[in-house]
Amino acid sequence: MRIAEIENELIEEFELFGDDWEGKYEHLIDLGKHLPLIDKQHKTDDRLIKGCQSRVWLHSELYDEKVVFTADSDAIITKGIVAILIRVFSGQTPEEIMQADLIFIDDIGLKEHLSPTRANGLVSMIKQIKMYAIALNLSQNS
Amino acid sequence: METITKNNIFNSQKLRQDFPILSKKANGKPLVYLDSGATAQKPKQVIDAISNYYQSQNANIHRGVHQLSQEITIAYENARATIQKHLNAAVSHEIIFTSGTTESINLVANSFGKKYINASDEIIISEMEHHSNIVPWQVLCEEKGAVLKVIPINENGELRIDEYKKLLCSKTRIVAVTHVSNTLGTINPVKEIIALAHEKSIPVLIDGAQAVPHMKVDIQALDADFYCFSGHKVFGPTGVGILYGKEKWLNKIPPYKVGGGIIKTVTFEKTEYADLPLKFEAGTPHIGGGIGLAAAIDYVNEIGLENIGAYEHELLEYATLKLLAIEGLRIIGTAKEKASVISFVIEEVHPLDVGTILDKQGIAVRTGHHCTQPLMEHFGLPGTIRVSLVFYNTKEEIDVLVNGIQKAIKMLR
Ligand SMILES: Cc1ncc(COP(=O)(O)O)c(C=O)c1O
Repeated sequence: MRIAEIENELIEEFELFGDDWEGKYEHLIDLGKHLPLIDKQHKTDDRLIKGCQSRVWLHSELYDEKVVFTADSDAIITKGIVAILIRVFSGQTPEEIMQADLIFIDDIGLKEHLSPTRANGLVSMIKQIKMYAIALNLSQNS
Repeated sequence: METITKNNIFNSQKLRQDFPILSKKANGKPLVYLDSGATAQKPKQVIDAISNYYQSQNANIHRGVHQLSQEITIAYENARATIQKHLNAAVSHEIIFTSGTTESINLVANSFGKKYINASDEIIISEMEHHSNIVPWQVLCEEKGAVLKVIPINENGELRIDEYKKLLCSKTRIVAVTHVSNTLGTINPVKEIIALAHEKSIPVLIDGAQAVPHMKVDIQALDADFYCFSGHKVFGPTGVGILYGKEKWLNKIPPYKVGGGIIKTVTFEKTEYADLPLKFEAGTPHIGGGIGLAAAIDYVNEIGLENIGAYEHELLEYATLKLLAIEGLRIIGTAKEKASVISFVIEEVHPLDVGTILDKQGIAVRTGHHCTQPLMEHFGLPGTIRVSLVFYNTKEEIDVLVNGIQKAIKMLR
Protein backbone atom coordinates (compact mmCIF):
# COMPACT_ATOMS: atom_id res chain seq x y z
CA MET A 1 0.00 0.00 0.00
CA ARG A 2 1.13 3.53 -0.67
CA ILE A 3 1.61 6.12 2.03
CA ALA A 4 -1.55 8.06 1.18
CA GLU A 5 -3.65 4.88 1.27
CA ILE A 6 -2.39 3.87 4.67
CA GLU A 7 -2.98 7.35 5.94
CA ASN A 8 -6.58 7.19 4.75
CA GLU A 9 -6.98 3.82 6.38
CA LEU A 10 -5.76 5.26 9.67
CA ILE A 11 -8.06 8.26 9.38
CA GLU A 12 -11.05 5.95 8.88
CA GLU A 13 -9.95 3.74 11.72
CA PHE A 14 -9.78 6.65 14.14
CA GLU A 15 -12.95 8.29 12.82
CA LEU A 16 -14.92 5.39 14.30
CA PHE A 17 -14.25 6.76 17.77
CA GLY A 18 -15.70 10.21 17.07
CA ASP A 19 -15.51 12.22 20.30
CA ASP A 20 -14.74 9.19 22.43
CA TRP A 21 -11.25 10.07 23.64
CA GLU A 22 -11.07 6.97 25.79
CA GLY A 23 -11.71 4.67 22.86
CA LYS A 24 -9.20 6.56 20.78
CA TYR A 25 -6.48 6.35 23.41
CA GLU A 26 -7.24 2.73 24.17
CA HIS A 27 -6.76 2.02 20.48
CA LEU A 28 -3.52 3.99 20.47
CA ILE A 29 -2.29 2.04 23.50
CA ASP A 30 -3.25 -1.18 21.76
CA LEU A 31 -1.29 -0.17 18.67
CA GLY A 32 1.63 0.56 21.00
CA LYS A 33 1.48 -2.95 22.36
CA HIS A 34 1.91 -4.29 18.82
CA LEU A 35 4.77 -2.01 17.82
CA PRO A 36 7.41 -3.80 15.70
CA LEU A 37 10.05 -3.85 18.40
CA ILE A 38 13.60 -2.80 17.83
CA ASP A 39 16.18 -5.54 18.22
CA LYS A 40 17.88 -5.36 21.60
CA GLN A 41 21.30 -4.85 20.04
CA HIS A 42 20.04 -1.70 18.29
CA LYS A 43 18.63 -0.15 21.46
CA THR A 44 21.60 2.16 21.82
CA ASP A 45 21.99 5.83 22.67
CA ASP A 46 22.69 6.81 19.07
CA ARG A 47 19.22 5.56 18.14
CA LEU A 48 17.56 7.52 20.92
CA ILE A 49 15.46 10.43 19.68
CA LYS A 50 16.19 13.70 21.40
CA GLY A 51 13.45 16.04 22.50
CA CYS A 52 11.09 13.50 23.99
CA GLN A 53 10.10 13.30 27.66
CA SER A 54 9.78 9.57 27.13
CA ARG A 55 12.64 7.68 25.56
CA VAL A 56 12.18 6.57 21.98
CA TRP A 57 14.57 4.35 20.06
CA LEU A 58 14.16 4.15 16.30
CA HIS A 59 16.04 1.93 13.89
CA SER A 60 15.86 1.67 10.11
CA GLU A 61 17.13 -0.87 7.61
CA LEU A 62 16.87 -1.23 3.89
CA TYR A 63 15.33 -4.42 2.49
CA ASP A 64 14.68 -4.67 -1.24
CA GLU A 65 15.02 -0.92 -1.59
CA LYS A 66 12.31 -0.41 1.02
CA VAL A 67 12.89 1.06 4.46
CA VAL A 68 11.89 -1.06 7.42
CA PHE A 69 11.53 0.64 10.78
CA THR A 70 11.56 -0.84 14.26
CA ALA A 71 11.29 1.09 17.52
CA ASP A 72 10.60 1.07 21.23
CA SER A 73 9.67 3.50 23.99
CA ASP A 74 9.29 3.43 27.75
CA ALA A 75 5.90 5.16 27.49
CA ILE A 76 2.98 3.27 26.02
CA ILE A 77 1.14 6.18 24.38
CA THR A 78 4.39 7.24 22.77
CA LYS A 79 4.76 3.66 21.55
CA GLY A 80 1.32 3.94 19.98
CA ILE A 81 2.29 7.09 18.17
CA VAL A 82 5.50 5.53 16.86
CA ALA A 83 3.49 2.49 15.81
CA ILE A 84 1.27 4.72 13.66
CA LEU A 85 4.28 6.31 12.02
CA ILE A 86 5.86 2.94 11.37
CA ARG A 87 2.65 1.62 9.86
CA VAL A 88 2.72 4.53 7.42
CA PHE A 89 6.41 4.51 6.61
CA SER A 90 7.72 0.99 6.96
CA GLY A 91 7.96 -0.76 3.61
CA GLN A 92 8.10 2.47 1.59
CA THR A 93 11.01 3.66 -0.49
CA PRO A 94 13.30 6.41 0.83
CA GLU A 95 12.01 8.84 -1.82
CA GLU A 96 8.41 8.28 -0.87
CA ILE A 97 9.21 8.85 2.79
CA MET A 98 11.14 12.01 2.02
CA GLN A 99 8.23 13.46 0.09
CA ALA A 100 5.38 12.40 2.37
CA ASP A 101 3.26 15.05 4.04
CA LEU A 102 1.76 14.26 7.39
CA ILE A 103 -1.48 16.15 7.62
CA PHE A 104 -3.22 12.86 8.42
CA ILE A 105 -2.06 13.22 12.03
CA ASP A 106 -4.28 16.26 12.28
CA ASP A 107 -7.15 14.28 10.72
CA ILE A 108 -6.95 11.42 13.17
CA GLY A 109 -7.32 13.81 16.08
CA LEU A 110 -3.82 13.55 17.45
CA LYS A 111 -2.98 17.09 16.49
CA GLU A 112 -2.13 18.00 20.08
CA HIS A 113 0.85 15.68 19.78
CA LEU A 114 2.09 17.61 16.75
CA SER A 115 3.06 20.74 18.65
CA PRO A 116 6.83 21.14 18.47
CA THR A 117 7.06 21.59 22.22
CA ARG A 118 4.90 18.59 23.02
CA ALA A 119 6.80 16.42 25.40
CA ASN A 120 6.50 13.17 23.51
CA GLY A 121 8.20 14.64 20.52
CA LEU A 122 6.17 13.41 17.56
CA VAL A 123 7.83 16.14 15.55
CA SER A 124 11.27 14.84 16.49
CA MET A 125 10.22 11.34 15.50
CA ILE A 126 9.06 12.48 12.08
CA LYS A 127 12.26 14.42 11.62
CA GLN A 128 14.28 11.34 12.49
CA ILE A 129 12.31 9.14 10.10
CA LYS A 130 12.94 11.60 7.28
CA MET A 131 16.62 11.82 8.19
CA TYR A 132 16.95 8.06 7.98
CA ALA A 133 15.22 8.12 4.60
CA ILE A 134 17.57 10.81 3.31
CA ALA A 135 20.61 8.91 4.56
CA LEU A 136 19.41 5.62 3.03
CA ASN A 137 18.61 7.37 -0.20
CA LEU A 138 22.12 8.77 -0.38
CA SER A 139 23.74 5.44 0.38
CA GLN A 140 21.57 3.80 -2.28
CA ASN A 141 22.59 6.28 -4.95
CA SER A 142 26.28 6.39 -4.16
CA MET B 1 -14.54 23.73 51.11
CA GLU B 2 -14.37 25.66 54.36
CA THR B 3 -11.60 25.47 56.87
CA ILE B 4 -11.48 27.27 60.16
CA THR B 5 -8.23 29.15 60.34
CA LYS B 6 -6.94 31.48 63.00
CA ASN B 7 -8.63 34.61 61.78
CA ASN B 8 -11.55 33.58 59.69
CA ILE B 9 -13.16 30.86 57.69
CA PHE B 10 -11.12 29.92 54.66
CA ASN B 11 -13.42 29.74 51.71
CA SER B 12 -11.53 28.56 48.66
CA GLN B 13 -14.75 28.26 46.61
CA LYS B 14 -15.25 31.98 47.03
CA LEU B 15 -11.62 32.78 46.24
CA ARG B 16 -11.84 30.69 43.07
CA GLN B 17 -14.30 33.23 41.72
CA ASP B 18 -11.48 35.77 41.62
CA PHE B 19 -9.71 33.61 39.02
CA PRO B 20 -11.53 33.81 35.67
CA ILE B 21 -9.52 30.97 34.11
CA LEU B 22 -10.62 28.47 36.74
CA SER B 23 -14.12 28.35 35.30
CA LYS B 24 -12.71 27.32 31.92
CA LYS B 25 -13.01 23.86 30.47
CA ALA B 26 -10.07 21.77 29.33
CA ASN B 27 -10.72 19.01 26.83
CA GLY B 28 -14.40 19.52 27.48
CA LYS B 29 -14.10 18.89 31.22
CA PRO B 30 -14.01 21.41 34.08
CA LEU B 31 -10.40 22.50 34.42
CA VAL B 32 -8.61 21.06 37.44
CA TYR B 33 -5.45 23.11 37.61
CA LEU B 34 -2.79 21.38 39.68
CA ASP B 35 0.26 22.97 38.08
CA SER B 36 0.58 26.24 39.98
CA GLY B 37 4.20 25.35 40.74
CA ALA B 38 4.94 25.91 37.07
CA THR B 39 2.92 29.10 36.98
CA ALA B 40 0.04 30.26 39.16
CA GLN B 41 -3.24 31.59 37.81
CA LYS B 42 -4.03 35.29 38.12
CA PRO B 43 -6.89 36.85 40.06
CA LYS B 44 -8.94 39.54 38.38
CA GLN B 45 -7.44 42.07 40.81
CA VAL B 46 -4.08 41.50 39.08
CA ILE B 47 -5.55 41.40 35.59
CA ASP B 48 -7.40 44.65 36.31
CA ALA B 49 -4.30 46.36 37.66
CA ILE B 50 -2.36 45.47 34.50
CA SER B 51 -5.17 46.43 32.21
CA ASN B 52 -5.68 49.69 34.08
CA TYR B 53 -1.99 50.47 33.73
CA TYR B 54 -2.13 50.14 29.95
CA GLN B 55 -5.48 51.92 29.70
CA SER B 56 -4.83 54.92 31.85
CA GLN B 57 -1.37 55.05 33.40
CA ASN B 58 1.08 54.23 30.62
CA ALA B 59 4.17 56.42 30.37
CA ASN B 60 7.86 55.79 30.83
CA ILE B 61 9.22 56.05 34.34
CA HIS B 62 12.08 58.01 35.86
CA ARG B 63 12.35 60.13 32.73
CA GLY B 64 9.55 62.50 31.95
CA VAL B 65 8.68 65.88 33.32
CA HIS B 66 5.05 65.38 32.43
CA GLN B 67 2.28 64.37 34.76
CA LEU B 68 1.67 60.85 33.46
CA SER B 69 5.32 59.98 33.76
CA GLN B 70 5.49 61.31 37.27
CA GLU B 71 2.37 59.44 38.31
CA ILE B 72 3.54 56.11 36.95
CA THR B 73 6.99 56.63 38.46
CA ILE B 74 5.33 57.02 41.85
CA ALA B 75 3.13 53.95 41.22
CA TYR B 76 6.15 51.86 40.19
CA GLU B 77 8.12 52.93 43.24
CA ASN B 78 5.08 52.18 45.39
CA ALA B 79 5.08 48.70 43.88
CA ARG B 80 8.69 48.33 44.94
CA ALA B 81 7.76 49.47 48.44
CA THR B 82 4.93 46.91 48.56
CA ILE B 83 7.44 44.16 47.86
CA GLN B 84 9.91 45.57 50.35
CA LYS B 85 7.24 45.51 53.07
CA HIS B 86 6.10 42.05 52.09
CA LEU B 87 9.61 40.63 52.44
CA ASN B 88 10.39 42.91 55.40
CA ALA B 89 13.49 44.21 53.65
CA ALA B 90 15.20 47.10 55.41
CA VAL B 91 14.93 49.61 52.57
CA SER B 92 13.14 49.67 49.22
CA HIS B 93 16.29 50.14 47.13
CA GLU B 94 17.32 46.63 48.14
CA ILE B 95 14.48 45.44 45.90
CA ILE B 96 15.57 45.09 42.27
CA PHE B 97 13.03 44.40 39.55
CA THR B 98 14.19 41.66 37.17
CA SER B 99 12.42 39.44 34.65
CA GLY B 100 12.18 36.53 37.08
CA THR B 101 14.07 34.16 39.34
CA THR B 102 16.29 33.01 36.49
CA GLU B 103 17.44 36.53 35.72
CA SER B 104 17.88 37.35 39.40
CA ILE B 105 20.24 34.41 39.85
CA ASN B 106 22.07 35.22 36.63
CA LEU B 107 22.51 38.78 37.82
CA VAL B 108 24.19 37.68 41.04
CA ALA B 109 26.26 34.95 39.38
CA ASN B 110 27.54 37.48 36.85
CA SER B 111 28.02 40.54 39.01
CA PHE B 112 29.16 38.86 42.21
CA GLY B 113 31.18 36.40 40.14
CA LYS B 114 32.98 39.10 38.20
CA LYS B 115 34.21 40.71 41.38
CA TYR B 116 34.61 37.94 43.90
CA ILE B 117 35.18 34.59 42.18
CA ASN B 118 38.68 33.52 41.22
CA ALA B 119 40.42 30.32 40.21
CA SER B 120 39.99 27.43 42.70
CA ASP B 121 37.38 29.31 44.74
CA GLU B 122 34.35 27.24 45.68
CA ILE B 123 30.63 27.79 45.22
CA ILE B 124 28.15 25.64 47.13
CA ILE B 125 24.75 24.66 45.71
CA SER B 126 22.56 21.65 46.51
CA GLU B 127 21.47 18.48 44.81
CA MET B 128 17.84 19.62 44.68
CA GLU B 129 18.38 22.88 42.78
CA HIS B 130 16.35 23.92 39.77
CA HIS B 131 18.52 24.20 36.64
CA SER B 132 18.20 27.99 37.05
CA ASN B 133 20.22 27.72 40.24
CA ILE B 134 22.77 25.32 38.78
CA VAL B 135 23.72 26.44 35.31
CA PRO B 136 24.62 30.10 36.05
CA TRP B 137 27.06 28.89 38.75
CA GLN B 138 28.40 26.13 36.54
CA VAL B 139 29.12 28.60 33.74
CA LEU B 140 30.76 30.96 36.22
CA CYS B 141 32.93 28.14 37.55
CA GLU B 142 34.00 27.22 34.01
CA GLU B 143 34.89 30.82 33.24
CA LYS B 144 36.86 31.39 36.40
CA GLY B 145 38.28 27.96 37.05
CA ALA B 146 36.27 27.79 40.26
CA VAL B 147 34.75 24.63 41.73
CA LEU B 148 31.08 23.78 42.24
CA LYS B 149 30.33 21.88 45.45
CA VAL B 150 27.01 20.16 45.95
CA ILE B 151 25.16 19.53 49.23
CA PRO B 152 23.71 16.00 49.01
CA ILE B 153 20.23 14.98 50.13
CA ASN B 154 18.96 12.03 52.17
CA GLU B 155 16.38 9.49 51.03
CA ASN B 156 13.50 11.71 52.19
CA GLY B 157 14.72 14.54 50.01
CA GLU B 158 16.13 16.65 52.83
CA LEU B 159 19.45 18.48 52.67
CA ARG B 160 22.29 16.81 54.56
CA ILE B 161 23.24 19.68 56.86
CA ASP B 162 26.08 17.59 58.30
CA GLU B 163 27.59 17.36 54.81
CA TYR B 164 26.95 21.04 54.20
CA LYS B 165 28.99 21.92 57.28
CA LYS B 166 31.89 19.91 55.89
CA LEU B 167 31.71 21.71 52.54
CA LEU B 168 31.88 25.19 54.06
CA CYS B 169 35.50 26.22 54.10
CA SER B 170 37.91 29.07 53.57
CA LYS B 171 37.64 28.62 49.79
CA THR B 172 33.83 29.00 49.77
CA ARG B 173 32.80 32.34 48.25
CA ILE B 174 29.02 31.99 48.07
CA VAL B 175 26.25 29.50 48.89
CA ALA B 176 23.15 29.28 46.66
CA VAL B 177 20.27 27.03 47.72
CA THR B 178 16.56 26.81 47.20
CA HIS B 179 14.10 27.68 49.95
CA VAL B 180 11.51 25.17 48.74
CA SER B 181 12.19 22.38 46.25
CA ASN B 182 9.97 22.67 43.16
CA THR B 183 10.12 18.90 42.66
CA LEU B 184 10.00 17.47 46.19
CA GLY B 185 8.26 20.22 48.11
CA THR B 186 10.96 20.11 50.79
CA ILE B 187 11.21 23.29 52.85
CA ASN B 188 14.88 23.77 53.57
CA PRO B 189 16.14 25.19 56.88
CA VAL B 190 17.48 28.26 55.15
CA LYS B 191 17.86 30.29 58.32
CA GLU B 192 20.27 27.70 59.67
CA ILE B 193 22.00 27.38 56.29
CA ILE B 194 22.55 31.14 56.21
CA ALA B 195 23.73 31.32 59.82
CA LEU B 196 26.29 28.56 59.25
CA ALA B 197 27.69 30.37 56.20
CA HIS B 198 27.75 33.68 58.01
CA GLU B 199 29.88 32.18 60.76
CA LYS B 200 32.53 32.06 58.06
CA SER B 201 31.48 35.41 56.52
CA ILE B 202 30.19 33.69 53.39
CA PRO B 203 27.16 35.28 51.68
CA VAL B 204 24.10 33.21 50.78
CA LEU B 205 21.64 33.44 47.88
CA ILE B 206 18.23 31.87 48.37
CA ASP B 207 16.05 30.80 45.44
CA GLY B 208 12.61 31.63 46.80
CA ALA B 209 10.64 30.88 43.61
CA GLN B 210 8.59 28.16 45.31
CA ALA B 211 8.55 29.67 48.80
CA VAL B 212 7.07 33.13 48.33
CA PRO B 213 3.73 31.78 47.00
CA HIS B 214 3.22 29.63 50.09
CA MET B 215 4.74 31.29 53.13
CA LYS B 216 5.70 34.48 54.86
CA VAL B 217 9.33 35.30 54.11
CA ASP B 218 11.07 37.70 56.48
CA ILE B 219 14.32 38.63 54.79
CA GLN B 220 15.79 40.33 57.85
CA ALA B 221 14.96 37.41 60.13
CA LEU B 222 16.52 35.01 57.61
CA ASP B 223 19.44 37.38 57.14
CA ALA B 224 19.72 36.32 53.46
CA ASP B 225 22.23 38.24 51.37
CA PHE B 226 20.32 37.66 48.14
CA TYR B 227 16.79 36.36 47.70
CA CYS B 228 15.08 35.70 44.36
CA PHE B 229 11.54 34.99 43.22
CA SER B 230 9.27 35.19 40.16
CA GLY B 231 6.09 37.22 39.83
CA HIS B 232 4.23 34.60 37.84
CA LYS B 233 4.41 31.99 40.58
CA VAL B 234 2.87 34.35 43.15
CA PHE B 235 -0.28 35.01 41.10
CA GLY B 236 1.34 37.95 39.32
CA PRO B 237 2.32 38.43 35.67
CA THR B 238 5.08 36.63 33.78
CA GLY B 239 8.19 38.56 32.81
CA VAL B 240 8.73 40.19 36.18
CA GLY B 241 10.60 39.01 39.23
CA ILE B 242 12.57 40.23 42.18
CA LEU B 243 16.11 40.20 43.36
CA TYR B 244 16.51 41.25 46.94
CA GLY B 245 20.10 42.09 47.77
CA LYS B 246 21.58 43.48 50.96
CA GLU B 247 22.53 47.07 50.37
CA LYS B 248 26.17 46.43 51.22
CA TRP B 249 26.41 43.73 48.54
CA LEU B 250 24.47 45.63 45.90
CA ASN B 251 26.79 48.59 46.40
CA LYS B 252 29.86 46.41 46.02
CA ILE B 253 29.00 44.42 42.90
CA PRO B 254 28.98 45.90 39.38
CA PRO B 255 25.84 46.16 37.20
CA TYR B 256 24.98 43.13 35.13
CA LYS B 257 23.45 44.88 32.17
CA VAL B 258 24.24 48.41 31.19
CA GLY B 259 22.57 51.09 29.13
CA GLY B 260 20.08 53.87 29.69
CA GLY B 261 18.54 54.75 33.01
CA ILE B 262 21.35 53.51 35.24
CA ILE B 263 23.77 56.26 34.66
CA LYS B 264 24.72 59.36 36.61
CA THR B 265 27.08 60.76 34.01
CA VAL B 266 28.37 59.38 30.75
CA THR B 267 31.37 60.67 28.91
CA PHE B 268 33.23 58.53 26.40
CA GLU B 269 36.01 58.11 28.95
CA LYS B 270 33.98 56.97 31.91
CA THR B 271 30.50 56.26 33.13
CA GLU B 272 29.35 56.77 36.67
CA TYR B 273 26.50 54.50 37.69
CA ALA B 274 23.30 55.60 39.30
CA ASP B 275 22.48 54.77 42.90
CA LEU B 276 20.48 51.73 43.93
CA PRO B 277 18.15 50.36 42.76
CA LEU B 278 18.50 51.91 39.30
CA LYS B 279 22.10 50.71 39.00
CA PHE B 280 20.69 47.25 38.23
CA GLU B 281 17.71 48.28 36.15
CA ALA B 282 19.10 49.44 32.80
CA GLY B 283 16.56 50.02 30.08
CA THR B 284 12.83 50.51 30.30
CA PRO B 285 11.57 47.95 32.78
CA HIS B 286 8.42 45.81 32.67
CA ILE B 287 6.37 48.58 34.26
CA GLY B 288 3.02 46.84 33.96
CA GLY B 289 4.67 43.74 35.37
CA GLY B 290 5.81 45.59 38.47
CA ILE B 291 2.35 47.09 38.96
CA GLY B 292 0.74 43.67 38.48
CA LEU B 293 3.15 41.99 40.88
CA ALA B 294 2.35 44.51 43.61
CA ALA B 295 -1.36 43.88 43.03
CA ALA B 296 -0.70 40.14 43.42
CA ILE B 297 1.16 40.67 46.69
CA ASP B 298 -1.65 42.87 47.96
CA TYR B 299 -4.13 40.17 47.01
CA VAL B 300 -2.23 37.45 48.85
CA ASN B 301 -1.91 39.67 51.92
CA GLU B 302 -5.62 40.34 51.83
CA ILE B 303 -6.22 36.60 52.28
CA GLY B 304 -3.30 36.32 54.69
CA LEU B 305 -0.34 34.04 54.19
CA GLU B 306 -0.97 32.35 57.53
CA ASN B 307 -4.46 31.37 56.44
CA ILE B 308 -3.14 30.25 53.08
CA GLY B 309 -0.43 28.19 54.74
CA ALA B 310 -2.85 26.45 57.09
CA TYR B 311 -5.29 25.62 54.30
CA GLU B 312 -2.58 24.42 51.93
CA HIS B 313 -1.17 22.20 54.64
CA GLU B 314 -4.55 20.61 55.04
CA LEU B 315 -4.74 20.06 51.26
CA LEU B 316 -1.25 18.56 51.31
CA GLU B 317 -2.16 16.07 54.01
CA TYR B 318 -5.43 15.14 52.35
CA ALA B 319 -3.80 14.65 48.95
CA THR B 320 -0.90 12.68 50.40
CA LEU B 321 -3.26 10.26 52.13
CA LYS B 322 -5.50 9.86 49.10
CA LEU B 323 -2.60 9.35 46.71
CA LEU B 324 -0.87 6.81 48.93
CA ALA B 325 -4.05 4.73 48.86
CA ILE B 326 -3.48 4.14 45.14
CA GLU B 327 -1.79 0.82 44.62
CA GLY B 328 1.75 1.03 43.28
CA LEU B 329 2.00 4.78 43.84
CA ARG B 330 5.13 6.06 45.51
CA ILE B 331 5.70 9.64 46.66
CA ILE B 332 9.13 11.06 45.92
CA GLY B 333 10.05 13.60 48.58
CA THR B 334 8.90 12.78 52.08
CA ALA B 335 10.57 15.53 54.04
CA LYS B 336 9.18 16.45 57.45
CA GLU B 337 8.80 20.07 56.36
CA LYS B 338 6.96 20.22 53.06
CA ALA B 339 5.12 22.80 50.99
CA SER B 340 2.03 21.69 49.04
CA VAL B 341 3.95 20.07 46.21
CA ILE B 342 3.74 16.31 45.65
CA SER B 343 5.85 14.32 43.21
CA PHE B 344 5.07 10.69 42.61
CA VAL B 345 5.61 7.72 40.35
CA ILE B 346 3.40 4.72 39.68
CA GLU B 347 4.61 1.20 39.06
CA GLU B 348 4.50 0.03 35.45
CA VAL B 349 3.25 3.28 34.00
CA HIS B 350 5.23 6.16 32.58
CA PRO B 351 4.64 9.64 34.06
CA LEU B 352 4.10 11.10 30.60
CA ASP B 353 1.35 8.58 29.83
CA VAL B 354 -0.40 9.39 33.11
CA GLY B 355 -0.10 13.12 32.40
CA THR B 356 -1.60 12.62 28.94
CA ILE B 357 -4.60 10.66 30.21
CA LEU B 358 -5.14 13.17 33.05
CA ASP B 359 -5.06 15.99 30.53
CA LYS B 360 -7.83 14.29 28.57
CA GLN B 361 -9.88 14.48 31.76
CA GLY B 362 -9.25 18.20 32.20
CA ILE B 363 -6.62 17.71 34.90
CA ALA B 364 -3.43 19.73 34.50
CA VAL B 365 -0.33 18.26 36.17
CA ARG B 366 3.34 18.50 35.37
CA THR B 367 5.35 15.49 34.24
CA GLY B 368 9.06 15.05 33.59
CA HIS B 369 12.20 16.09 35.38
CA HIS B 370 10.91 19.55 36.43
CA CYS B 371 14.22 21.17 35.44
CA THR B 372 15.94 19.21 38.21
CA GLN B 373 17.75 16.49 36.28
CA PRO B 374 20.51 15.89 38.86
CA LEU B 375 17.80 15.31 41.47
CA MET B 376 16.02 12.81 39.22
CA GLU B 377 19.32 11.04 38.78
CA HIS B 378 19.66 10.81 42.56
CA PHE B 379 16.36 8.94 42.73
CA GLY B 380 17.14 6.93 39.59
CA LEU B 381 14.00 8.18 37.85
CA PRO B 382 13.44 9.59 34.36
CA GLY B 383 10.80 11.85 35.83
CA THR B 384 7.78 12.12 38.08
CA ILE B 385 4.22 13.35 38.02
CA ARG B 386 3.97 16.55 40.06
CA VAL B 387 0.89 18.01 41.63
CA SER B 388 1.21 21.49 43.13
CA LEU B 389 -1.63 22.79 45.25
CA VAL B 390 -2.50 26.35 46.20
CA PHE B 391 -5.33 28.07 48.01
CA TYR B 392 -7.69 27.96 45.04
CA ASN B 393 -7.52 24.18 44.90
CA THR B 394 -10.03 22.07 46.79
CA LYS B 395 -10.39 18.59 48.27
CA GLU B 396 -12.98 17.89 45.58
CA GLU B 397 -10.32 18.52 42.95
CA ILE B 398 -8.02 16.08 44.70
CA ASP B 399 -10.79 13.48 44.53
CA VAL B 400 -11.13 14.15 40.79
CA LEU B 401 -7.37 13.71 40.46
CA VAL B 402 -7.39 10.39 42.32
CA ASN B 403 -10.21 9.04 40.14
CA GLY B 404 -8.38 10.32 37.09
CA ILE B 405 -5.21 8.50 38.08
CA GLN B 406 -7.13 5.31 38.69
CA LYS B 407 -8.65 5.55 35.25
CA ALA B 408 -5.22 6.19 33.73
CA ILE B 409 -3.75 3.14 35.44
CA LYS B 410 -6.59 0.98 34.18
CA MET B 411 -6.09 2.17 30.62
CA LEU B 412 -2.31 2.04 30.63
CA ARG B 413 -1.42 -1.20 32.34
C1 LIG C 1 12.86 26.52 42.50
C2 LIG C 1 12.81 27.28 41.21
N1 LIG C 1 13.83 28.08 40.87
C3 LIG C 1 13.83 28.79 39.73
C4 LIG C 1 12.78 28.71 38.84
C5 LIG C 1 12.84 29.51 37.58
O1 LIG C 1 11.87 30.49 37.60
P1 LIG C 1 11.59 31.40 36.33
O2 LIG C 1 11.40 30.46 35.18
O3 LIG C 1 10.34 32.13 36.67
O4 LIG C 1 12.76 32.28 36.15
C6 LIG C 1 11.71 27.87 39.13
C7 LIG C 1 10.61 27.73 38.16
O5 LIG C 1 10.14 26.66 37.86
C8 LIG C 1 11.72 27.14 40.34
O6 LIG C 1 10.71 26.33 40.65
